[in-house]
Amino acid sequence: MRLITHNMLQCHVKGCNTNNFPLNLSEAEVEIQETEFNAQFLRNMLPKLEWSALVRTAVQLGITNLPQVVPNTAGQDLEDLFLRNLHHVLLETHIQQGKMTCPNCSHVYPIKDGIPNMLLNENEI
Amino acid sequence: MGWDGMRTTASRARSLVIMRLKELEGILQNLTKFREPKSYLEQYTTTPHLAARMLFTAHSVYDDIENKVVADFGCGCGVLSIASNLLGSSFNLGIDIDPSALQIAQENSSNCELDIDFLLADITSYPLQRLEGDIDTVIMNPPFGTKNKGVDMIFLKKAMEVSNNAVYSLHKTSTREHVLKKAREWDVTCEILAELKFDIPMMYKVHKKSSVDIEVDLLRIVK
Repeated sequence: MRLITHNMLQCHVKGCNTNNFPLNLSEAEVEIQETEFNAQFLRNMLPKLEWSALVRTAVQLGITNLPQVVPNTAGQDLEDLFLRNLHHVLLETHIQQGKMTCPNCSHVYPIKDGIPNMLLNENEI
Repeated sequence: MGWDGMRTTASRARSLVIMRLKELEGILQNLTKFREPKSYLEQYTTTPHLAARMLFTAHSVYDDIENKVVADFGCGCGVLSIASNLLGSSFNLGIDIDPSALQIAQENSSNCELDIDFLLADITSYPLQRLEGDIDTVIMNPPFGTKNKGVDMIFLKKAMEVSNNAVYSLHKTSTREHVLKKAREWDVTCEILAELKFDIPMMYKVHKKSSVDIEVDLLRIVK
């Protein structure tokens, strides 16, 4: 699972309706897998991302070079630098194993072999 | 063709601007299918023939695949997602309720050297709101509702809610009137792209015949 997907996940335990996103990462085993850079895709994706959630999650993985706010990159060079960095964090950083914990109810969703498990028991739905 | 041949073909194919239908079908034919399909989930592998044509149509006729964010509901072994990624979608997300299916999907995706994210979740109960706005196209071969009545329509409704534009889905022809009625209720346009005959080999012990022929509609639904 890459961070782009993590940015779309939330807790869904019955009654857990606020502060249930982003899920806190812990015990994460990260693997970097290079993939083709697509600037236009990133530009289109940018307004759809929950930016502060992404930054917070990246920090949990020890990645601290994402800016707190999306920069207004006037110059071409700056934008390219920003997008390449975003590409690396969002699309090349794979979480192979780990735990995702809800900041509200503390429910733990495991990540096993790159696949996040969002299934709940009957009594939790 | 061994795995090495497939790996080279797949990565070369993805970088081609135009991928031919036969080439796509060839790659899909080498994917691993369900090892032990579960009848209560109505699992069967979408045939390479159908998957290739479904995605090729979505791509070349409607431009719903290349550079688009594509979700696959009930992705099983990942055939549709892989076909989509090979045709140039910029991000693919495959969701399924069965961990062993996703394990195969992950294997298939790695063997083709593709980047596809998979999510283990129950489409009928997992809140998909956060995906709204992110997903351009939904592709799916959902359970028909034979075992779990109504599940086909739940999948369809959720797909419509999540997709920014189009949903490509397969439904039993016998449910056509019902689907069209629902489409009117949801104020969406439902087009029948093709009528197919599905040959589902005997996977379920309850079947007396060696295979079952089911008439299926390939639908394209747009907001």
